[in-house]
Amino acid sequence: MAKRNDQILRTKFTERLCHWMIVFCFFLAATSGISWFFPTFSWLSGFLGTPQMARALHPFLGIAVFVGLCYMFVKFVKYNLPAWTDLIWFKNVDKVLLGDHSQKLRIGKYNAGQKILFWAIMGSIVVLLVSGLIMWRAYFAEYFPIWALRWAILAHSVAGIGLILLILGHIYLAIWVRGSITGMVTGYVSRNWARQHHDRWAEELDAKARKGEKA
Amino acid sequence: MNSQNVIRRSATSSLTPAPQIRDAQMEVAKLIDVSICIGCKACQVACNEWNDLRGDVQENVGVYDNPRDLSPDSWTLMRFTEHVDENDKFEWLIRKDGCMHCEDPGCLKACPVPGAIVQYANGVVDFQSDLCVGCGYCVAGCPFDVPRISKQDHKAYKCTLCSDRLAVGQAPACAKTCPTGAIAFGSKAEMQDLAATRVAELNERGYENAGLYDPAGVGGTHVMYVLQHADDPERYAGLPKDPKISPIVEGWKDLLKPAAAVAGALAVGAMAAHFIGVGPNSTDDDDHPEGHDAKTPETPADNVHPIPRHAAE
Repeated sequence: MAKRNDQILRTKFTERLCHWMIVFCFFLAATSGISWFFPTFSWLSGFLGTPQMARALHPFLGIAVFVGLCYMFVKFVKYNLPAWTDLIWFKNVDKVLLGDHSQKLRIGKYNAGQKILFWAIMGSIVVLLVSGLIMWRAYFAEYFPIWALRWAILAHSVAGIGLILLILGHIYLAIWVRGSITGMVTGYVSRNWARQHHDRWAEELDAKARKGEKA
Repeated sequence: MNSQNVIRRSATSSLTPAPQIRDAQMEVAKLIDVSICIGCKACQVACNEWNDLRGDVQENVGVYDNPRDLSPDSWTLMRFTEHVDENDKFEWLIRKDGCMHCEDPGCLKACPVPGAIVQYANGVVDFQSDLCVGCGYCVAGCPFDVPRISKQDHKAYKCTLCSDRLAVGQAPACAKTCPTGAIAFGSKAEMQDLAATRVAELNERGYENAGLYDPAGVGGTHVMYVLQHADDPERYAGLPKDPKISPIVEGWKDLLKPAAAVAGALAVGAMAAHFIGVGPNSTDDDDHPEGHDAKTPETPADNVHPIPRHAAE
């Protein structure tokens, strides 16, 4: 697809690749995890083959998600640090949810809600990693006392359910905000999309472009 | 064992219960009289023989316990305790450890695989090893630290109470072989009666705290002990005084699980309602073929800040 001049590169190739690798691994890890947390959905482990195969693969998929998120952290943390302008977004969260764009909310590359999502994902993956290693029967569980296994399983469940709920919200918002999914697939969003959803980021890009023209 | 005998299945909701038809079946129990046991380990050998288990030969580490611990191929184990009481009286306490076959089994509660752990109408708790995935949740669920996961096939193993022998009217191999009669087997009611007789005898001999170990916290067990010191079961190699399913496991299964189900349903419902109510959050001029600059809209209808859809409602 030829790039039109009203399109802005929002997410680079490696970042997109990493995102979709995480999507693939997280889907398999989350569905198999749900199959054990809610045995009514035990069929969800079928994406990985037999139940035994799902048990064997789940931890490796989880580690792949963790590694992918480490890369995401390095690439995106600078855009997800709290800013004073986030308060404007919080004050107007009702308008945001109603799709009312009448007010400029001084939103940077990511809005305050996305920043919360970022840190919540990073927090839960750390909990999932630590608790998952403790309860990983094939390699590590034998080195831990039973009380630690119990806490690990509980923490893994809480963090897993929390992360799945967050990602459900993430998927919904990507569907709701038109252009987001295309943005994550192709990397490009329209200039209008950027102005509408991330006004401060769009302005900063414009300023940069103008500077570039002058130089 | 007939499938009609399966009265409880792991990971099965009470809305879809296991067969409940065999309500007249006798509950069985094994009674281990610790005061009669001489620690000969014949029960361990009989268990390994009947169940075709051959654990690796281990190092002697200076205690009588052999092997050192329960394992995927050692389902029962004599645990030896040298106990000195406050009057300097020495006692050699020998407890045959293994699955207690709880009426309310923590392993079954924790198991995530439908039917991988079952309870029979006679009270036996059995692992269906072909279904086991080796997650180890049963280890966390058990209040007695009994299940062991094999490194070889990643499956959980423990005493079956010789469910295959019981099915054909035989006593468990350990009970059958015990040379001193320390292991009795029969209906749970018979075993409670036998225990009462033995406890009375022990009381007469001066063991005033002798008693039956049939802990109520797990609904009673189908393997029971007669203990000389029932007031202090911990002295028998750490036999728990008041075993029950850990509150962490109960919180996970009885609180977190329903709460998560509600949260998930609410989240999906809220998202659907939001989309139906607010509609897609689309960008104006998004896919305009020419790609003009939206800062200078061509017509007022084409402006950057349209009246939001909800405001028009």
